[in-house]
Amino acid sequence: MTEKRIFDEMWGREEDLRAPYTLFKDWFDGEEPARLRAKQREAEELFRLTGITFNVYGRAEAEERLIPFDIIPRIISGPEWQRLSRGIEQRVRAINAFLYDIYHGQEIIKSGRLPARMIENNAAFLPQMIGVNPPGGVYTHIVGIDLVRTDDNQFYVLEDNARTPSGVSYMLENRETMLQMFPELFARNRVQRVETYPSDLRSSLSACAPEMAGSNPTVAVLTPGIYNSAYFEHAFLADQMGVELVEGHDLRVVDGRVAMRTTQGYKPIDVLYRRVDDDFLDPLNFNPDSALGVPGIMDVYRAGGITIANAPGTGIADDKAIYSYMPEIVEFYTGEKAILENVPTWRCSEPDALAYVLDNLEELVVKEVHGSGGYGMLIGPTATKKDIRDFRKKLEAKPANYIAQPTLALSTVPVFSNKGLSPRHVDLRPFVLVSPNKVNITPGGLTRVALKKGSLVVNSSQGGGTKDTWVLED
Amino acid sequence: MQITISHTTTYRFEQPVIFGLQQLRMTPLDDVGQTVKDWAIDITGGQHETGFLDHHRNQVQLMSLSRDVTEVTLTCRGTVETSNTNGVTGRHLGAAPLWLFAKQTDRTKAGPSVRRLARQVEGDTELDRMHNLMALVAEAVSYTPGKSQADWSAEDAVIEGHGVCQDHAHVFIACARDLGIPARYVSGYLMMDDRTDQEAMHAWAEAHIEGLGWVGFDVSNAMCPDERYVRVATGLDYSDAAPVIGTRIGGETESLAVQIQVAQQQ
Repeated sequence: MTEKRIFDEMWGREEDLRAPYTLFKDWFDGEEPARLRAKQREAEELFRLTGITFNVYGRAEAEERLIPFDIIPRIISGPEWQRLSRGIEQRVRAINAFLYDIYHGQEIIKSGRLPARMIENNAAFLPQMIGVNPPGGVYTHIVGIDLVRTDDNQFYVLEDNARTPSGVSYMLENRETMLQMFPELFARNRVQRVETYPSDLRSSLSACAPEMAGSNPTVAVLTPGIYNSAYFEHAFLADQMGVELVEGHDLRVVDGRVAMRTTQGYKPIDVLYRRVDDDFLDPLNFNPDSALGVPGIMDVYRAGGITIANAPGTGIADDKAIYSYMPEIVEFYTGEKAILENVPTWRCSEPDALAYVLDNLEELVVKEVHGSGGYGMLIGPTATKKDIRDFRKKLEAKPANYIAQPTLALSTVPVFSNKGLSPRHVDLRPFVLVSPNKVNITPGGLTRVALKKGSLVVNSSQGGGTKDTWVLED
Repeated sequence: MQITISHTTTYRFEQPVIFGLQQLRMTPLDDVGQTVKDWAIDITGGQHETGFLDHHRNQVQLMSLSRDVTEVTLTCRGTVETSNTNGVTGRHLGAAPLWLFAKQTDRTKAGPSVRRLARQVEGDTELDRMHNLMALVAEAVSYTPGKSQADWSAEDAVIEGHGVCQDHAHVFIACARDLGIPARYVSGYLMMDDRTDQEAMHAWAEAHIEGLGWVGFDVSNAMCPDERYVRVATGLDYSDAAPVIGTRIGGETESLAVQIQVAQQQ
């Protein structure tokens, strides 16, 4: 990978326009830069207004929470997407089978493919889930696998996000904004729809309702409340699905079900899409100090009286040390080789791996096993000498807390800047809905883009922005 | 032996209850050495909500307290037929992996005092070592009702040098796990030869021994459970096997009265 040019999704490596971008380029070349700049500003204003119509934050806070949007779409061809979809579906099915196994027979441990300590020392392992059969056998109702690309045909899975993937509201808003701004673009390009996501989400969740639910299950979204950074998304999704947005204090156990307070009294909930972490979900069974959850919900769940999405305890699949075993996990449960590749990963808990990592810190990305959001990581090639020295100490003190990966040459996609089109690194988070008989993958997903030139960190908490992601019909 | 049990718990609240839930682990099930002939839990001042078998195969019942009550009574009554298995309850059953029982919990974390105690254990076989451990714990932690705190850890009890059956079980479990042997907490009833009325349920420990499976050790009585013991719930420690875990809004200043009768049916 050394010295070769970075793969750009519009221009490839050699400034040859790639096919998916042909029609877009024709359009772009015919546009006045001044008009596009005005459009870019208009798009930003639209986002600001949407943030404020939710009326949660004051204007100043809304601006602070605004994630920059770039008007240049990221374009993926139909055949490219088909290959990706097959890999994603395989991976998600394997993760569900893995979670079932970990909470039942633990065959993968008995077979010697996964060391028991990977589960024993996994903070997300919930003994209360042992032997529990989630309705429909689904653990991860909603998954947001993070993918990166390094070449024409080379994608890697960076993270599985089986616990609580967020960001789907940006995917939907980005598309809506683009449709409003540039209707003519969508007339020229046949772009697969993402707008059905809220209704797909509702039907996918409904299909996971417990047996006792009627033909039209009651779904609700549980939020920690307005101070949560993703409250906007919780409110947005409830609104788009046409279901209630509830907080813990709206719910209580009534007649053996979890029910929400309504003007007509308590109404039982069949499926709860919760955006409250496991530990806070039930003060009777987990953290007794939590005021965000519903006391007794785990009792009702274990008795089969409600579906909790995603299932409690799914976080074990998000552990970065477990991630390093994903190729084995996929093979163990599907009997097939993994279609999507993992990034090669050194587990610093292993002495040989640790020695290698310590010798090559300048070239590696080192991550905390339980970390997320781009915090607590070292990106060797861009780190200062002092960063590396400090990180070396942390690594030596607690090697098992870390994994390391090579620094990938993430693909770039153009963003619209003062100089016209400028390449910036991107990743991709497709959203996957799982129900007993179906894995539904929304074509596209959320493209996050590192707006700083050369930066590889796309997290919004670290100055990343987003783009509309197109999957073409053919 | 046929053992009849009657266990009444009465909660009195000076302020009326607004909302409350209680999770009960008060139902013995058929198991090695015991057959439940009949068992019922009556609730006044509240209602049954739902029930399930937990990951330790305990029968769990969730009940709610009625709004505005000031008194709630739980009455468990039943008959259990038992036999003497010398404490052996056998093969590990259920989906909970054995390694879970070798992991320390907050209540059974091995501090310096627990580890010092564990290091004194001697014996040629695992079984011998567990018998020796039972004696060592009894010696280090004297049985003294009324002077310990219900939330003590194993380490607390060893440092204080006294405790009740719950502390004995925790210390035994903490030491066994420190020695690499899976162990668990058992809550249940013990029929006593000299009296029928009792003030509290009993607790003891079980260790998982190669070749035998689970074997009970009652530190407080320096013996392995026999036909006078009825197992009700098991768990990693008290908090997993407690007869009642509750949460409540309103109902301030609770007072609690417990009446237990355990007798051999004549």
